[in-house]
Amino acid sequence: MTFLSKISARTGLAAALLAGSVMSASAFSACQVTDTGGIDDAGFNQTAWKGVQDAIEMDGEVEGRFLESQAETDYEANLNSLIEGNCDIIITVGFLMGDATKAAAEANPEQQFSIVDFAYDPTIPNVLGQVYATDQGAFLAGYLAAGMSETGVVGTFGGINIPPVTAFMNGFVHGVNYYNSEKGTEVEVLGWNPDSQEGLFTGNFDSLDDGRAFAQNLYDEGADIVMPVAGPVGLGSATLASEIGTDELKIIGVDADQTQTDPENADVYLTSVLKRMDSTVTQVIEMSKGGTFEGGLIVGTLENEGVGLAPYGAFEDSVPEELKAEVEAVKAGIIDGSIEVGM
Amino acid sequence: MTEHDDLKGVNERMRSLMARTTHGRDDFEDLVIVPLFAVVVALVFGALIMLATAVDIPTIGRSFAALAIGSVGSLNAWSETLTAAIPLVLAGLGLGLGFRAGLFNIGAEGQLVMGGLAAVIAGFSLDFLPIVIHLPLTLLIGIAVGAGYAAIAGILKATTGAHEVISTIMLNLISFELLNWLLRQPWLQREGRSDPISKSVPDSAQLPQLLDWINPNLRLHAGLFVMLIAVAFIWWLLFRSKIGFAFRASGENPSAANYAGMKASFVIVLAMATAGGLAGLAGASQITGVLGRASPGFSAGIGFDAIAVALLGRSHPVGILFAGILFGGLEAGGRQMQVAAGVSIDLIGIIQALIIVFIAAPLLVRAIFPWGFRRNGRKEDAA
Repeated sequence: MTFLSKISARTGLAAALLAGSVMSASAFSACQVTDTGGIDDAGFNQTAWKGVQDAIEMDGEVEGRFLESQAETDYEANLNSLIEGNCDIIITVGFLMGDATKAAAEANPEQQFSIVDFAYDPTIPNVLGQVYATDQGAFLAGYLAAGMSETGVVGTFGGINIPPVTAFMNGFVHGVNYYNSEKGTEVEVLGWNPDSQEGLFTGNFDSLDDGRAFAQNLYDEGADIVMPVAGPVGLGSATLASEIGTDELKIIGVDADQTQTDPENADVYLTSVLKRMDSTVTQVIEMSKGGTFEGGLIVGTLENEGVGLAPYGAFEDSVPEELKAEVEAVKAGIIDGSIEVGM
Repeated sequence: MTEHDDLKGVNERMRSLMARTTHGRDDFEDLVIVPLFAVVVALVFGALIMLATAVDIPTIGRSFAALAIGSVGSLNAWSETLTAAIPLVLAGLGLGLGFRAGLFNIGAEGQLVMGGLAAVIAGFSLDFLPIVIHLPLTLLIGIAVGAGYAAIAGILKATTGAHEVISTIMLNLISFELLNWLLRQPWLQREGRSDPISKSVPDSAQLPQLLDWINPNLRLHAGLFVMLIAVAFIWWLLFRSKIGFAFRASGENPSAANYAGMKASFVIVLAMATAGGLAGLAGASQITGVLGRASPGFSAGIGFDAIAVALLGRSHPVGILFAGILFGGLEAGGRQMQVAAGVSIDLIGIIQALIIVFIAAPLLVRAIFPWGFRRNGRKEDAA
């Protein structure tokens, strides 16, 4: 395994997979289908895949494989390839895969499935949904952004108008509004209207150019903090922020702590809204392996640390201690129910 | 230099490029050996790229084994290969026909979107019809809308001289945004969904699954027969019909065709419309055979991949059939490659692109494999 150190992260992944797949035949195989955007998107897909990697690390008998979706039309085909591939559990990543996962689960009732970001109603006996109260985490980010904004304008935009994306945007706006009502300020949010459920969307989860252009538009309208909710699209926004300087524009990351996943632009992230898909994915794999798997739903919240706020990274010193304490207080308020996230 | 001269230059270069894709269908070397070698060289380069990204040799071996197994190694593999090939072949036939008529149509993607969109709308709104009427009608509407959309570019070229490369690219963009917009309209969007996804196509407009009685995961659908009929029809149209002769004559030498009494503008519009109809049929067959609904990006680049298929197939219907099956196999096998060997599926895109590079540069292929060709080469390659 010495060659591992020499090679890039991505091929390292491939090598790790290789090492995994040559292990004993009794190994437990966890297979993942990613959404479009790629496994190395520094956010959504990567976090979910990290859950599999963590499971591999914790438990020597687990091996993992993944399949990237290049387009929405790949979902079914990808699921098909994995059904052929003797997986003990198939984990699909993303709301848009809801229909395809359901169809595959119904056609293959013996196969265990788990899907990130989709809750079936009624539940399917062989599918375990993993959903997240990301509006709670985003609420904290909104509160923080409102406290940090100098222009009094903050912005957000999404990839596609689907619930797992708009949950972030709802929470963000409500967090800003909560700050306004507490402090009597009038910080404005561009890019999302929680009442009409309309706002700015790039229409995809893979164009870094769009990420740049949308952040530029919001910046031109006065926003000095932007939260892109569109997977790797946000990396384009981060590049813009890095070019024009963080005095002018800061970015709030989503899904993973983006100071870790996007180290090149680590200093532009004020914080990240964490959606701990890694922890629920690991949990699901353990359940499946231990024989306790059943269809239903796992919900990640602030309370069980399924969602949260990342450290302030480069802004650790510039975020006032008072604001940090307030954010903690708001978090406690959300957990004990004294603060309603969806106002 | 004036804009006119520029365009003229573009036209000439385009024509010589297309001449290369269509010329000499009787020439065995050009039709068979160059594409075959191009595929082999591309696979070898693919292996070299894997080596360069520090994938070790056993893994490379396993990747190619997985590529073969995933494309032709099982019933499911064949089913996936053919399922992927159907729209590629259909759209590729249209593009090849355009090449022969001297038209470089980049707009198959947009025409495919329009055809698919029309099929979705016809699918859910005419659901009172029985399948024997509903399904063919849905496909025909897809063809008609694709043809009409492509005809816009044809008419622009025939009447104003607007270059079809530019106008079809622009029409692609319009179709993408139209799709995004329409998918948000309440009459088209699925009830209870906030994301852009259309209503479902009812069973009566769906191409029947062919193999689901063996295993419900086998996705191959009756579009296979549509594809084979289209191949035969386009072969007949190009080589046995009067209008096909006019297409080819206009492509080889527009002035001569004009003097011979073929109406250039009529040929342009008709060739574009035929190409668009086939792309529209590709979209409609994707919708009615595989997807069952439209979503943003449902065209998935098929219209662009089909350009490669048409080039690889030398714009010959039978060549396109094989090229489409090859590309379908690469797609299906590529997935297996990622599952079994952990090699990124992006490699397949690279291999497909390399195939086209080598097709477009036959001299390069001849230089790499000098023993595969007659000593004296062909005149046009020597030039």
